[in-house]
Amino acid sequence: MMSLLEIRNLSTYYHSRRGVLRAVDMVSLSLDEREFVGIVGESGCGKSTLAFSIMRLIQPPGEIVEGEIIFSGKNLLELNDEEMRRVRGKEIGMVFQDPMTSLDPLEKIGDQIVETIQMHEDIGKKEALEKARELLESVGLPGNRVNYYPHQLSGGQRQRVMIALAIALNPTLLIADEPTTALDVIVQEKIMNILKKMTSEGRSIILITHDFSLAAEKSDRIVIMYAGWIVEMGDSKKLVNDPLHPYTKGLLESVPDLWLERRIKTMPGLPPDLVNPPPGCKFHPRCPKAMDVCRKEEPPEVQVNGRFVKCWLYGV
Amino acid sequence: MLALWGVKMEIIKVEGLKKYFPVQKSFLEVLFSKELQFIKAVDGVSFTVKKGEMLSLVGESGCGKTTVGRMLVGLEEPTEGRIYFKERDITSLRGEKRREIQRHIQIIFQDPYASLNPRMKIGEHITDPLLIHGIATNEEAKRMAIEMLERVGLVPGEQFYNRLPYQLSGGQRQRVAIARAMVLKPEFVVADEAVSMIDVSLRAAILNLLMSFKEEYNLSMLFITHDLSVAKLVGDRIAVMYLGKIVELGEVNEVIHKPKHPYTAALLSAVPSFEKRDLRVGIFGDVSNPIDLPPGCRYNPRCPFAKDECRKAEPELIGTDRHSFACHYPLDIVVE
Repeated sequence: MMSLLEIRNLSTYYHSRRGVLRAVDMVSLSLDEREFVGIVGESGCGKSTLAFSIMRLIQPPGEIVEGEIIFSGKNLLELNDEEMRRVRGKEIGMVFQDPMTSLDPLEKIGDQIVETIQMHEDIGKKEALEKARELLESVGLPGNRVNYYPHQLSGGQRQRVMIALAIALNPTLLIADEPTTALDVIVQEKIMNILKKMTSEGRSIILITHDFSLAAEKSDRIVIMYAGWIVEMGDSKKLVNDPLHPYTKGLLESVPDLWLERRIKTMPGLPPDLVNPPPGCKFHPRCPKAMDVCRKEEPPEVQVNGRFVKCWLYGV
Repeated sequence: MLALWGVKMEIIKVEGLKKYFPVQKSFLEVLFSKELQFIKAVDGVSFTVKKGEMLSLVGESGCGKTTVGRMLVGLEEPTEGRIYFKERDITSLRGEKRREIQRHIQIIFQDPYASLNPRMKIGEHITDPLLIHGIATNEEAKRMAIEMLERVGLVPGEQFYNRLPYQLSGGQRQRVAIARAMVLKPEFVVADEAVSMIDVSLRAAILNLLMSFKEEYNLSMLFITHDLSVAKLVGDRIAVMYLGKIVELGEVNEVIHKPKHPYTAALLSAVPSFEKRDLRVGIFGDVSNPIDLPPGCRYNPRCPFAKDECRKAEPELIGTDRHSFACHYPLDIVVE
């Protein structure tokens, strides 16, 4: 089966006064049609940079330095700006973390959606407005919200407007970057169910989150990122039940869970400085299983029972 | 009396606590002398925190949980109601007397970037309270601060003592905030979303640190959080707030495994988990306007079980110390 998105050896760096920060460091990843993938990691692990790289929204001092992003058969990194602008919104939609700052406070919700639609499609205002109503209804908001201004809506409602905007042009891939981080759990659950439903309508979803349990619950597949690397990736259930990478295991054990009777374990140390990462495996200073080789050489990327893992424990 | 105290001493007792914030009127509203309206942030809350007990206070944003915490430490003046610290009414204590009590009641805030003074050395954040309360001389204070820094995991303490906040990570700053609160050996601590801004892998360490202080000092705590998983982990009892009222209060396992209030059940169903439970208790719409609360039970517009009575009479929080709830038609479910 041909995958919808195929990322090969992608590296995105930020150039700072202190040196080069490798936010995304030789990452490869593929996504199937109708697949819901959760990318999990802590702040600074590169998960948002990865999403912005796919959308080619990296601004200087950031730079995509190498790799390929093949989406529907074309390499996004080779498109010119005009071609890329057409991909954004129409083929790949994106929902950002903060719905307060992503909407124009002076314009009605409906007008903002209409504007987006008319930018890419040649249809009349009336028809576009009708479509805006339908879109709002598809995310669980009453259609008459087209006449509201952003300040008249709650945070959760605004985020649903953002999702409606992101799917207005019917993109096949939707990237949601921490879409519910600022919201309460009950609203979060509603929004996640809307995203989940979209996969059955033929869309693929990339959910970027720091919330391991949320990703585990909603996604088909989980990608664990640490210090710019993908350290483990595979089927959500299997990954949670039997984590292979020591970081995945440590993260799992450190998260309080409502329904699991257990104590939480502390993970030692801090995430590394990405301008001066430790040699060898970037996780070795925090790893309970670190060996000599981990301190010297970059770990191999191996497949273990259909799971991707980047760790010397599984090296040959 | 004294014997009774020893067995089940109430460190904090709150009775009918209310906090109403006036809503700013627009020019036109002033002109037509429109009646002043109030946001009922906290609207009649009563509970106790016993010696050595951790009470988790959970609820969604805007439910009033933070305002409760702020009133307990004297940062906000209650509109109505009383606060007792070891049976002494401290509701309207001011000045010297307040300061005397304040030594025993501390708070840890959510944002470790805002709660430290960027121009003050880390060590001074910790010696300050000691000096203000006249507990130690300069030299003693410094020694105690260094000890405390090491106790919260900032080793070597002497090095951290001389650093400035910008040189520390978020997790380390929160350790400083904890050290500052704990150095006075308080009897009661309010932790307001103390781990919400800390990275996932570092959160466990901060939670374990707080729990170790609770054990060591036999500390009583009010742990305010929006995260039910954290509330369950640290709490002995849980109080669930909705729109300014406590709707359910009881021992952790009671509230989580036998929720009585439909709101608690809806919350429990929505919490992300590696082993999710669906309690099959729905919830409608969005939170009501705290200025214009619905008559009867304030949860009734969202409740799938609401009946006529719920729209007329407001339910009181009733039950035992082990488990109480404010609902006319409580649920009868057990979640394994």
